[in-house]
Amino acid sequence: MIWETVRLALRSVRRNALRSFLTLLGIVIGVAAVIAMLTIGSGTTEKVKADISQLGSNLLIVRAGRPAAPGSGPQQTIRQLGEKEVAALTAHLEGVRAVSPASQKQVRVVFGTESLTSSITGTDNAYLDARDWKLASGRPFSESEVRGGINVCLIGETVRQQFFGSGDPDGAAVRIGRVSCKVVGLLEAKGYSGFGQDQDNVVLMPLSAFQRRIAGSRDIETIYVAADDATPTQVVQTRIEDIMRDTRRVTADREDDFSVRDMTQIADAMASATATMTGMLGAVAGVSLLVGGIGIMNIMLVSVTERTREIGIRLAIGAHEKHILIQFLVEATVLSLLGGLIGIAIGLALAGAASLALSIPFAPSLAVVLLAVGFSALIGMVFGFFPALRGARLDPIEALRHE
Amino acid sequence: MSLAPLIAFDKVWKTYGHGEAEVRALAGIDLAIDEGEFVAIMGPSGSGKSTAMNIVGCLDTPTSGHYGFMGTDAGRLDRNRRAVLRNLYIGFVFQGYNLLPRTTAAENVELPLIYRGVAAHERRTLAMKALAEVGLEGREHHTPAELSGGQQQRVAIARAIVTRPTLLVADEPTGNLDTARSHEIMQLLTSLNQDAGLTIVMVTHEADIAAYAGRTIAFRDGHIASDTKKLEAA
Ligand SMILES: Nc1ncnc2c1ncn2[C@@H]1O[C@H](COP(=O)(O)OP(=O)(O)OP(=O)(O)O)[C@@H](O)[C@H]1O
Ligand SMILES: [Mg+2]
Repeated sequence: MIWETVRLALRSVRRNALRSFLTLLGIVIGVAAVIAMLTIGSGTTEKVKADISQLGSNLLIVRAGRPAAPGSGPQQTIRQLGEKEVAALTAHLEGVRAVSPASQKQVRVVFGTESLTSSITGTDNAYLDARDWKLASGRPFSESEVRGGINVCLIGETVRQQFFGSGDPDGAAVRIGRVSCKVVGLLEAKGYSGFGQDQDNVVLMPLSAFQRRIAGSRDIETIYVAADDATPTQVVQTRIEDIMRDTRRVTADREDDFSVRDMTQIADAMASATATMTGMLGAVAGVSLLVGGIGIMNIMLVSVTERTREIGIRLAIGAHEKHILIQFLVEATVLSLLGGLIGIAIGLALAGAASLALSIPFAPSLAVVLLAVGFSALIGMVFGFFPALRGARLDPIEALRHE
Repeated sequence: MSLAPLIAFDKVWKTYGHGEAEVRALAGIDLAIDEGEFVAIMGPSGSGKSTAMNIVGCLDTPTSGHYGFMGTDAGRLDRNRRAVLRNLYIGFVFQGYNLLPRTTAAENVELPLIYRGVAAHERRTLAMKALAEVGLEGREHHTPAELSGGQQQRVAIARAIVTRPTLLVADEPTGNLDTARSHEIMQLLTSLNQDAGLTIVMVTHEADIAAYAGRTIAFRDGHIASDTKKLEAA
């Protein structure tokens, strides 16, 4: 009996193929959006999680300027970080693996006829430690190179690809702005960050060389601090703040003129931002599903009206009210389920394309797919109920007289 | 024959509307029809024939009075119970055939069996048999659009008898057919009445069609004007 009804419903859907398809569009778009959003969302979350460990675990970032407070507006003058703070942190900070200063600038790098705008970072060897970054080949900077500000550099995978293909860059001299710099090592590939930034498009050089020849100032943008595994980052953060206040003579009654951020917290915040985004887009998709449901209701009302005579015949012949009710409910459900299945296929295809384009993992979830199937069936039942009930309640005599 | 009549109208009234606009479609009808009878109902337009047929077929209920069908007070049953009665005991043939469009003859005939919960293969067998009885072998897979009016009415009759009902209700079954086709349909109904003992109540406007029946009841203004039995049928 139920199989009979499903066959009947499929036949009626096929008979009005174009109309059915147009009706389904709302459901298709809604389900496709939900599936795509949730799949892309969970891919992004996975990526962010992977990035946390890639950034270096237990990483804290010290910057000049007071911590951004909502509505505080731009700060007038920022007292930059310098040698003094690095020295103080290196000397007094306990429970850490590495302390490393770093400054950055986007500069055009040239080798032969090729060129590339890359992120030039002035730093020291501790930077590699702090960010859990290893060398694929070559060597780190030597003590004397760091101290003397010699023009040597470590390049990222993207820079190597651009200039040397898969060849060995060791010993080559690249030009950074107006400065010639000898490549001494190749950094391990890190891929894209969760922010969509190519982490391998970098050139590292000794901080003093960078300050003198590239930046033209002795400011230090960032101090990276990696806590050791035994010390929680919160504890290290407090210690950093104490030392920094001391060094920069920030009295207790004044606001800090620096900020210490915990990368783990940032990553968490970003993951939750992603979740919020997903939720909002999900709500939009929900509205589209609602519209789709109303579309189904509309088309089922049309269908019931068109088939009033058929309903009259069935009732006269001995159909129960519930037979008619089930017939139209099944039809509405089959219709929206069909829309749901098409939507799932499109949604997964979109998410697959997006994961290729954004280089995030493709993370389809069976639970989400099943949920979408269930939800679209539910929409059919809910929005098909009123039209079906209307059909079932028809008076057979009136219905038979209907033209 | 059973002791109680199959159909028993007891002071049946059917009125539509209220006050000034009230229409008395049936004004206190008393009527009894036994199992196995073939009854023709005649009368001018608006005299209440269809109204009476709807009550006989358990599609409608009287405004007042009692309608007894097979000994039950069918006029007091709710619509789902009456649906069960129709499905089990009553077959319908309409003037306009009322087949499902774009649905084959066999599928149309199977329809009442679906609501009886008969299994698919058995349904098909029974439908084929009913179609053979009405002389439509070889047309089982034609849709109504591919059949003539007479053939469509035969499909409708097959659909009405496939459940082996006790009563066949036919409201102007030949109303849309030419004379030759009308007489073929009447011969078919007569044989169903005589061979299978099917009780038939039929509305017609034509005397030569009514002549096939053993009893003719004439309606006028919601009353029974005359009720005559053919002598040889008695
Ligand atoms: N649903 C209804 N609402 C209001 N009046 C109705 C309704 N059905 C029938 N009537 C009225 O009841 C009276 C009897 O109608 P009925 O259909 O029984 O006539 P009939 O004898 O079958 O006529 P015809 O030969 O034209 O089919 C008519 O006056 C008709 O207008
Ligand atoms: Mg009539």
